[in-house]
Amino acid sequence: MSTAPTRPADALRQGDRPAEARPGAAARTVGGVAGWVDDRTGAAKPVGYLMKKVFPDHWSFMLGEIAMYSMIVCLLTGAFLTFWFVPSAGHTIYDGSYVPLRGVSMSEAYASTLNISFDIKGGLIIRQIHHWSALMFIVALVVHMFRVFFTGAFRKPREINWAIGSVLALLAIIEGFAGYSLPDDLLSGTGIRAMQGFVQTAPVIGTYLVYAIFGGPFPGEMIIPRLYSAHILLIPALLVGLFTAHIGLVFLQKHTQYPGPGRTEKNVVGFPVMPVYAAKAGGFFFIVFGILALISAVVQINPIWAYGPYDPSAVTAGAQPDWYMGFADGALRLLPGWLEFEIFGYTVSMNIFPGALLLLPLVYVVLGVYPFLERWVTGDNREHHLLQRPRNSPVRTGIGMAAITAYSVLLFASGNDIMAIKLGMSINDLTWFFRIGFFVLPPLAFWVTKRICLSLQRRDRDTVLHGRETGTIVRTPDGRFFERHDTELTPDQWILVQHEPVAPLELEPAVDENGVARPAARKDRLRARLSRFYFADAVNPVTPEELAAAHYHGEEHEAIEPSETSASGGAAPIESAEAGRH
Amino acid sequence: MNALAARRRHPAAIAILIILGLFLTGAVYAALAPKPADATTRALPAQSVEEGKALFRANCSTCHGLNAEGRATGTGDQIAGPPLAGVGAAAVDFQVGTGRMPLPRPDVQAPANNEIKFTQDEIDSMGAYIASLAPGPGVPSEEAVDPTKGDAARGGELYRVNCAMCHNFAGAGGALTRGKYAPPIEGVSGRHIYEAMVTGPQSMPVFNDANLTPESKRDIIAFLYTIDEAESPGGMPLGSLGPVSEGLFAWVFGLGLLVASAVWIGAKSA
Amino acid sequence: MNEQDTPTHGSEVGPTGHGTAVRLDEGHIIGDGGIPERFSNPGLPVHVPRAADLDHDAARRAEKQVTTLFGISILGTLLFIVLYFLIDVEETIYVPGIGVTSASNLALGVTLALALLGIGFGAIHWAKTLMPDHEMVEERHPLRATDESRDRVVNEMREGGNSSQLTRRPFLKYTLGGALGLFAVPLVLQVAGSLGPMPQKSLSLTFWHGGPSGPGQEPEFRPLRLMRDPENTPVRADEVTVGSVYHILPEGLLDLEEGVLEEKAKAAVLLVRLQEDEIQSEKQLDWGYQGIVAYSKICTHVGCPVGLYEQVTHHLLCPCHQSTFDVTRDCEVIFGPAKRPLPQLKITVDDEGYLVSEQPFAEAVGPSYWERGQ
Repeated sequence: MSTAPTRPADALRQGDRPAEARPGAAARTVGGVAGWVDDRTGAAKPVGYLMKKVFPDHWSFMLGEIAMYSMIVCLLTGAFLTFWFVPSAGHTIYDGSYVPLRGVSMSEAYASTLNISFDIKGGLIIRQIHHWSALMFIVALVVHMFRVFFTGAFRKPREINWAIGSVLALLAIIEGFAGYSLPDDLLSGTGIRAMQGFVQTAPVIGTYLVYAIFGGPFPGEMIIPRLYSAHILLIPALLVGLFTAHIGLVFLQKHTQYPGPGRTEKNVVGFPVMPVYAAKAGGFFFIVFGILALISAVVQINPIWAYGPYDPSAVTAGAQPDWYMGFADGALRLLPGWLEFEIFGYTVSMNIFPGALLLLPLVYVVLGVYPFLERWVTGDNREHHLLQRPRNSPVRTGIGMAAITAYSVLLFASGNDIMAIKLGMSINDLTWFFRIGFFVLPPLAFWVTKRICLSLQRRDRDTVLHGRETGTIVRTPDGRFFERHDTELTPDQWILVQHEPVAPLELEPAVDENGVARPAARKDRLRARLSRFYFADAVNPVTPEELAAAHYHGEEHEAIEPSETSASGGAAPIESAEAGRH
Repeated sequence: MNALAARRRHPAAIAILIILGLFLTGAVYAALAPKPADATTRALPAQSVEEGKALFRANCSTCHGLNAEGRATGTGDQIAGPPLAGVGAAAVDFQVGTGRMPLPRPDVQAPANNEIKFTQDEIDSMGAYIASLAPGPGVPSEEAVDPTKGDAARGGELYRVNCAMCHNFAGAGGALTRGKYAPPIEGVSGRHIYEAMVTGPQSMPVFNDANLTPESKRDIIAFLYTIDEAESPGGMPLGSLGPVSEGLFAWVFGLGLLVASAVWIGAKSA
Repeated sequence: MNEQDTPTHGSEVGPTGHGTAVRLDEGHIIGDGGIPERFSNPGLPVHVPRAADLDHDAARRAEKQVTTLFGISILGTLLFIVLYFLIDVEETIYVPGIGVTSASNLALGVTLALALLGIGFGAIHWAKTLMPDHEMVEERHPLRATDESRDRVVNEMREGGNSSQLTRRPFLKYTLGGALGLFAVPLVLQVAGSLGPMPQKSLSLTFWHGGPSGPGQEPEFRPLRLMRDPENTPVRADEVTVGSVYHILPEGLLDLEEGVLEEKAKAAVLLVRLQEDEIQSEKQLDWGYQGIVAYSKICTHVGCPVGLYEQVTHHLLCPCHQSTFDVTRDCEVIFGPAKRPLPQLKITVDDEGYLVSEQPFAEAVGPSYWERGQ
């Protein structure tokens, strides 16, 4: 503590200490209010605990915060918009201040959105913040999901939270769709028309479903109020509920952290909530809100006045949904027409409903179950709190990149007409490119990503085994020279060797010692095969043993990878799998 | 002085410099960039069929034939040109006046071109020559294309039913099949819009006076003028391309700004 | 510091991946009991103090920066208030790079952003420069409860079951389960049953059948004139020239009191004229009038209006998902996700030379559905 006088930041803080020792007026007030609350709730203990709670600091941990804050901004601005928006498909003649639509017949929903944009002071900025933050909410949510996936943060004990997150992601895009459909403009009306079209293709119940959703024939007057109720009541309630559970679990399980010196599975290293994290997280809310406000001030979004009111016989070129629905729209563009067929006089539209009705939930179900699948394959039942570097799990990283590639192909396909005019290409060629790309690019992405990961891992090994160059030249007894490399592991190299070495699961014999077949043998064989897929060509971290060996041999040999031995090691499970067959 | 020198090494200095540089470049460009000239005013045409015929033979006959009878496809590297009898002076004024003709090279369709090869007088002469071959739609009068005389709201309704599916809600253009496209019609003069409607250039269907009355055409022109001037109240329109450019902006700039702030927050202070 | 100093290990640990595959119950970690011989964690690095920790001036400077940022925020808020009252909602302003834009949107957005960013950047700069930056270590404990407390919960559950006699009287269990399972049915039934009417035949009828075609309505066929959309004027056959395209609605649709959009969504038609020798289908020629043909404008994919007519190739393109129909071949699909051709409307002319429908659509228009073929 002798350093205190030389450290001004501490000195500044020290100025506060007398206040702590002898409570000032402010502190007494806080103590008084807190005391009043604590007398009635006993909150002091949990609040005190929360204030001391430690959060690790890393920019990628703030992606989820961006999503959370964007959602809060959406809730806030959305509440404002409800004061002026009229959720009704009732007809009216517009007489507001936007000249090109004056005297045009339209729905009250559309007219009130025009009023928000042109006649209510500050209404446009609130509308634009609402829409931009909705887009950013889902962008941030998706990138947050990438971070969690590629660092293995979804592993035990966080599978539940990953599943909650997947449901949140699905709800978010449905919420977005319901929201941008409300103004009843030509573009969003076309979106509802397409939704009506693909719901109608659902086998057996399609037409009943459509008449139930629309309260009669399309478009009807029920869809706007119903979407409104879903958009401002039902889905937000679910979103907020699940989001609270999501955050609650993060508190309960404590945040994961990146590996590094001093960071272990048994601790959390970071800053306490009070004061550092409170200032950082609180400040970041204002930054996110501020950036959204700035974007909304200078960049126009969803100019509903330009689209005009919805009319089933009109349409605009470049009819796309908001970006997060793009993958489903892209799938609809790519599926060829010949997939539709008739059976016993009934029509089955395999060209439509898989792209929309099945794909949407399927993507999120696959996402949600991935942690359970991976845990079954690896047989890893331990708790994990240290994150993995993506390169140290090459197969998972490859799977992730393949999935992102497939998703991106569909997403870009939904912009094929815009790409055609902006790149001067044929829309037909682009469609074919995406159709083929959907099957070719994901495996390619998997292979390339896995190779890159393995190379990076080898480079890590190389870096460690090579040691630090000391500049000392040593002459060997037989007259050769080599530079001595330092064999001590420097603290910054810890990151290169900290991860766990892995190997595929060994298969137990298919028959027990008495020659009786074990019932689970077939499932185990599948599991062993998947395990080999994950871990067969793993590049494992350098061990102290290897480092010593590498430098003992000096100039002769620098084993970057234990080549033959690992190959034979990897082959072992195959043999037992073969053995299990007879 | 010293403080400034010290701050030059600050990591944020580079970012601030780049931003300042971008701002300056943008401001200078906006100030100096050439504004499209107003092409609606023109001298009275010296209608000369003979002069037009000479110009036509010299510049157009390679593709359209010596007497504008047209040329079929498949003759070596020559471009096929349709017969021109009956297309009218309006078609000539549109095709040549927007720089689409003469076509520099065979392509899926003739692109609009800022470099117009002929003076308005020469274009009018060629128009007179083509009109002399067979009757066809003429160049509209100033009054027929006067946006101030049209009803923008009614034009908007007509536009959304008849035009928006190809040219997009804001006239930003759209894709057709196999590389063809409906061009952007933002900033196009009312005369050329009118001529395009009556002549149906390239893939575009014809909207004759029975289909859209001259008043309806003027309403549409009035609508297009209104949305051209009527600004983009919310800020940069991002090309008026709808959700695609908005999504791209969110991913690139929105996410970029937010992640940059997150990186700054996560970085240890010097 | 070199070869001699290498750590020695008593146990036999080969290089990684050394043929030591693992048993299923051990996870995928190599070595005895899942704990391989590895490097040890070097521990937290030494804390490096910041400029503001060492230098009084740096700390003062940081304080000044933070207060300036907070000041900017206050200024932004004040400006917002002033500009809110100062700028009229209809005022526009020219901004280089943006164009003409709403003055109040720009002013309110930018000042709001200043107010927010000032607080945000100020608070974080404060946290980064002046608040303590010693990293704290918090211990983690396994999430699972102890075996005793787990057992206690199980016991208490069982105890509860026993004391309530649930286990001894199984009928209590069955009837309660049944009641709980069924009580939601009335609620679900109310919602599901009352959301909308049965479609009946309305999906296969259009206004061209003679009038409004909603659920329960049975229009009787009469010839209807083809009217321009949106002008609502009839079309004479001699007005339709080759190369032009007419957007058509049935006579009387736009005069409806209600249900205009619902009828439009099924009845919109596209009218074009081809040279008769270009038409490749006998039926198509027969159902048209002197090469004038009328087709449903509602895409057979998901129902967007197929409005993009290329007069040279006679292709119809849907802007939503790029289904392409060839008008010379009875609107067959030549590209894209739609399967069925657009249904043709049989037309003729009436005594006055106006185009009229001769019969309604022979099949359901628009997107496919399960019982479409019935």
